[in-house]
Amino acid sequence: MNNRVLSLVLSRLLIAVITLVIVSFAVFFATTLLPGDTATILLGQAATPEAIEGLRKAMHLDEPSIFRFLRWIVGLLQGDLGTSYANEMPVADLIGGRFVNTLQLAGVTALFSVPIALTLGITAAMLRGSLYDRAVTVLTIGVISVPEFMIATSAVLIFAVYLKWLPALSFANEVTSLTDLLRIYAMPVITLTFVISAQMIRMTRAAVIETLNTPYVEMALLKGASRPRIVFRHALPNALGPIVNAVALSLSYLLGGVIIVETIFNYPGIAKLMVDAVATRDLPLIQSCAMIFCLGYLLLITTADIIAILSNPRLR
Amino acid sequence: MVNLVGIRDLKVEATTDSGRRVEIINGVSFDIAEGEIVALIGESGSGKTTIALTLMGHARPGCRISGGSVSVAGKDMVTLSEKQRARVRGTEVTYVPQSAAAAFNPAATIMDQVIEITRIHQLMSSDEARAKAVDLFRALSLPEPETIGSRYPHQVSGGQLQRLSAAMALIGDPKLVIFDEPTTALDVTTQIEVLRAFKSVMKAGGIAGVYVSHDLAVVAQIADRIVVLRGGEMQETGTTQEILNGAKHPYTRELLAAFEPKPRGAADTADTVPAPLLTIEDLVAGYGPRQADGLPLVRAVEHVTLKVEKGRNLGIIGESGCGKSTLARAIAGILPAAVGKVVFDGKELGPSARERSREQLREMQIVFQYADTALNPAKSVEDILARPLAFYHGMNAKARSARIDELLDMVRLPRNLRHRRPTELSGGQKQRVNFARALAAEPKLILCDEITSALDAVVATAVIDLLKELQRELGLSYIFISHDLSVVEAICDEIVVMYGGRKVEEITPAKVKTPQHPYSQLLFSSVPKLDPAWLDGLEQDPELVRAYCRR
Repeated sequence: MNNRVLSLVLSRLLIAVITLVIVSFAVFFATTLLPGDTATILLGQAATPEAIEGLRKAMHLDEPSIFRFLRWIVGLLQGDLGTSYANEMPVADLIGGRFVNTLQLAGVTALFSVPIALTLGITAAMLRGSLYDRAVTVLTIGVISVPEFMIATSAVLIFAVYLKWLPALSFANEVTSLTDLLRIYAMPVITLTFVISAQMIRMTRAAVIETLNTPYVEMALLKGASRPRIVFRHALPNALGPIVNAVALSLSYLLGGVIIVETIFNYPGIAKLMVDAVATRDLPLIQSCAMIFCLGYLLLITTADIIAILSNPRLR
Repeated sequence: MVNLVGIRDLKVEATTDSGRRVEIINGVSFDIAEGEIVALIGESGSGKTTIALTLMGHARPGCRISGGSVSVAGKDMVTLSEKQRARVRGTEVTYVPQSAAAAFNPAATIMDQVIEITRIHQLMSSDEARAKAVDLFRALSLPEPETIGSRYPHQVSGGQLQRLSAAMALIGDPKLVIFDEPTTALDVTTQIEVLRAFKSVMKAGGIAGVYVSHDLAVVAQIADRIVVLRGGEMQETGTTQEILNGAKHPYTRELLAAFEPKPRGAADTADTVPAPLLTIEDLVAGYGPRQADGLPLVRAVEHVTLKVEKGRNLGIIGESGCGKSTLARAIAGILPAAVGKVVFDGKELGPSARERSREQLREMQIVFQYADTALNPAKSVEDILARPLAFYHGMNAKARSARIDELLDMVRLPRNLRHRRPTELSGGQKQRVNFARALAAEPKLILCDEITSALDAVVATAVIDLLKELQRELGLSYIFISHDLSVVEAICDEIVVMYGGRKVEEITPAKVKTPQHPYSQLLFSSVPKLDPAWLDGLEQDPELVRAYCRR
């Protein structure tokens, strides 16, 4: 029995690795497809053809792209993310601090949004058809429909401009006390929680309702089980697979998709770094950021899959 | 005798999709004495399960108890609060579901679910409950009673799960157990064991029961009294003997008549020289990747040889998993046979439907068990029937329209039904449309895969009569696949018994009483009879049972 789980888990991991290789391929060649010659852009319009030629050689740009890809991949595997074109700094150094910032923001947001979303989703399913359920449904649809920059700017307007409770910008590096921390994170976290919770609430509610309609839940009811017992003992364990997948998908958004929130609150995260890199055509930086996003996404999805496998006794 | 249950003028209301309220139970009253087993019998939609569930104060979503009283051990389940009802459920009244496979939570062990009632109502300690469950497993003659509880529901067979669900119902020492079609999903050989187990446990504990079923023969074995229902109203009630021998109500007599064996009689084609229409030689079919020897990994049909003559019918009978449906799929070319020949009307057919000509496809049609899933719910009856007419006969719109009327006449459906969608038809009507679609191709042979299994006895009898009539008019041949011996007996000239993918015996309906092969003997003797003493008097060779039943 356990061999089967092991082989299933290993096959999930293998698929993740293969996906990563394919994505690295796509990321590398997509970035080389960007129009314009990197050497020309770096040296400016006034550069002599000799200088450009020299730089192309130095940056290995004259080699066939497959060799450059292999060089890059080998570098990645050794932990060498390359050197930024724009300011000659190692990419690892550029990303390092920003990545920690992004993870902090993502972590704090997950800490708030996941319990809130699950509670709302499960209770809405339990009280299906009630006023409460309808209110939750209308609210989540409303939140999905409102673009996040709208939520973010409204939050700034209300909490920073009118009420003056919170600072409008988040300088994550200037934290000196716990109150500072709370004040700095409050608005980005509120905005992101709004954005990612809606999907989780809807998926949780749907998954729990589906299991609540099964004969084994009716059986539990006819055994005299209380409502909480029916939901937590019988419905939830069987709805776990879809729920963890919805959570993983929503959380993956916190890594790469938060550019708007980072820009509005001037939060120094990795998504903003990548957009800046696109502006300066900093290929190594773009590639590394893309790979980090992909890795994070795969990590979340694979974890969700493995939890779903482990929670299913038919596979265990 | 004190009555345990008294139902008085019970009314249940359902709200339809359009918001209309319909009374689905209309003034039903009956009593159940202590230790008495009462059967609720009727076809699907007659309200038997709805009534049984009101005994636990439960109405399915969309339904509501709108009037009357249901008193169980002195408490009126209708007026109790939800909390008070929960206290009665599992301790005084318990429920054995129709499909135990669906009623067990797939994510919890069997033992946890069997003793859950003792946990919910805090009846005894966990260890006592486990010990009691093991005793019940033993009483229900389950294999490995000590360890079966640690398994998950998907790890035991259907018959075992059904008995485990009875253990689940009995753990709290109830006064009344509701059995909701508990053996309908089981094979006949398994059904016997389950019925015996139920009967002995109920008798030993002196427990009263409500047994919901559409099968009179099963009910005759276990019930003391029978209540006949139709359309939410009581038709007749009486002791089992009274109902079986002296039914007064016409509907009850109709139900009983559906049970009468109606042998097909001598074949009409006796004077003509029999010409083989379909010959199957040494056919092997199955699923999974092909092995080195060219055979599929899991072989569902192993070396079957059979023959169908023109204008005659072949029945294929066997229990679930014996390969009878796979055989039909292989003959039709849906699942290409790995080995073997299919010769139809003198010509050998390609193993896959793709390799057959349109004419060959036209001459052999297949009708599936579930009309619900075989008919496209988005198309009207007209569209469904027009498709084969255009495909096989290239008819224009006018010719198609005229032919659709003829086809509907043939299957005895009113012509104005043509604009309806399958969801707006009853089960029997859907099966007739399903059949008319096969007729539209004007085939020589129709493969009928369990086409009456999803129908009520009375409706199934009507469909069988229709098939016989069409055969006389159109000179068709049928291959009739079923697990139900009485159906096959009624329509077939030849019967093939299958077991484990192999043909074990070929027999004529006249000789069904005296089969040669031991499996056929076991199978035929397991079909319940209307005689209430049948189950107690039935003796089966335990060696045989062990050899052929995967209980």
